[in-house]
Amino acid sequence: MSYNIAVCIKPVPDPDFYDKITIDPRTKRITRSGIPAVINPADKNAVEAALEIKEKYGGKVTVITMAPPNAEENMREVLAMGADAAYILSDREFGGADTLATSYTLAQGLKKIGPFDIIITGTESADGATTQVPAQLAQWLEIPHLWGVKKIEFINETELKVRAKIEGGSIEYFIKLPALLAVSREINRPRYTTIMGIKGAKKKPLTIYGVKDIDIDLNNIGLKGSPTQAGAVNVPSIDRKCKKLRGEPDEIADLLIRELTAAGIPLE
Amino acid sequence: MNIDEWKGVWVLAEQRSGRIDSVSFELIQKAKELKMQLKSSEPVTAVIIGNGIEKLTEELGEYGAEEVIVIDDPALEMFNNEIYSLILTDLIKKRKPEILLIGATISGQDIASMLGVRLGTGVATHSVGLHIDEDNNLVSAVPAFGGKVIGDIICPKHRPQIATVKPGILEKGQKMQGNKFKTIRYDPSDIIKKDKGCIKALAVHKKEYKGIPLQEAKVVVAGGFGIGSKGNWNLLRKLAQLLGGTVGCSRPVVDEGWIPDDHCMIGTSGKTIRPKLYIGFGISGSTHHVCGMKDSDVIISINKDENAPIFNVSDVGVVGDAEIILKDLIEKIEKLKSM
Repeated sequence: MSYNIAVCIKPVPDPDFYDKITIDPRTKRITRSGIPAVINPADKNAVEAALEIKEKYGGKVTVITMAPPNAEENMREVLAMGADAAYILSDREFGGADTLATSYTLAQGLKKIGPFDIIITGTESADGATTQVPAQLAQWLEIPHLWGVKKIEFINETELKVRAKIEGGSIEYFIKLPALLAVSREINRPRYTTIMGIKGAKKKPLTIYGVKDIDIDLNNIGLKGSPTQAGAVNVPSIDRKCKKLRGEPDEIADLLIRELTAAGIPLE
Repeated sequence: MNIDEWKGVWVLAEQRSGRIDSVSFELIQKAKELKMQLKSSEPVTAVIIGNGIEKLTEELGEYGAEEVIVIDDPALEMFNNEIYSLILTDLIKKRKPEILLIGATISGQDIASMLGVRLGTGVATHSVGLHIDEDNNLVSAVPAFGGKVIGDIICPKHRPQIATVKPGILEKGQKMQGNKFKTIRYDPSDIIKKDKGCIKALAVHKKEYKGIPLQEAKVVVAGGFGIGSKGNWNLLRKLAQLLGGTVGCSRPVVDEGWIPDDHCMIGTSGKTIRPKLYIGFGISGSTHHVCGMKDSDVIISINKDENAPIFNVSDVGVVGDAEIILKDLIEKIEKLKSM
């Protein structure tokens, strides 16, 4: 038994710097210069989940992203974690894509590189956080999917038992492969890269595909393939005037109690 | 696509174990507003799916639904994204609503995304504002970058226009008993037969969480990485109990494994809260977290780093050790209460 596994990842501006994002008053565009691109945190859990399946049952892990060519650095990091091959779908024509066009592009890329038994993604990206791409990707590929996966068990070669989150608990599902699983962050703790891993990653295959390399309908990609259009953007002001309480620790507690009472919290 | 054929505002109501999620009522209220802005004569329609749910239509009517489409079948007992989206795709193609509002719950998000592909239309996720523009398009204000940026999204050439809204963002209307509404029964049995059976829901595992649900709490005591240990989490609980509130956390507490899951995580990918009082211990104030709590009436923060961004959005700040202050505060409040 061995599995051909794909993991979709996304390089995103480092979430630790989102308070540095501004809007250019002249162009009205989002300015995020100087913020480094990192692998979307939730996607590392997806990579980890794929590596664990490969280690247990054998197989191959391929990572794929739709991104500018400079995503190579992020892809090398995933290769250093243990993935076997990486693909970047990169073309100016892909630009301006909403979730529908993005998921279509990824689906066409996966069809070209695959077929895959299991496709694993994170639940959402830190930047857009729409959570849409995993489910939409599965629709284009016409395979079943589950979102918010906390636990994966193999019943046999082609059938799984999967726990997926719902409000206030989870549902246990039966799911047939090929399938897409969007794993939640509590499913595992992603491994760190090692020196050996980083060395090895340099020799692993990394391929860049453009529009011409995959079978793709130009009407479904980029701005043209995006039903949603972006309008005005703004950075809402949420700042408050902060009153700092100062004093020895036991004085602080008294001052806080005064503030709690002022906020209308009964303490007797 | 002739978009003029698509008319009416719909809400996908959500129920779990026979209880309607309050986000459904919030959406119905918004649907009524959108209908007015559209100057539409079409009824505000709620769609509800499940098993043995006929009795729930009444409450949807009480909150303002003028038409309720009931999809009731034993096969719909547990959430199954394949079957639910097969049914909804069929129903929407037949009846052509121009707007579809869905609660941004886990299953709501899942369905909204699936419908986007199956109907070839756009989905605006986690909307924080919805209105109709001069061209009669739905404008959804959606957050990005953890809520730092809010951007408007329209979907002018495709229908339905789908938008999701998180629970607790919108206000629900007054409940009015005896509201008249029309009930339409949609028989899903033929569509259910088309399901390939690639997914089957086997069992629901509910978790019984103690205390007040985060979104309903008047007081939220939140902890972050700065509380330092799993043990101190119990101190937060203790304080929350003393203040008649509940506990919440930021992402690191979940990642560190100090709590078993993310059900009380506040932020973009967690809960959005607006309590009377938010008091945060050892929370630095990442954009993602702040987005989920910035609308609290009063915000008090305790953090040892005086430059922590959380202080920028706080009314009251203390630069100090979260653990020590937490212990002092508990001790003093207990004393006050015992007097």
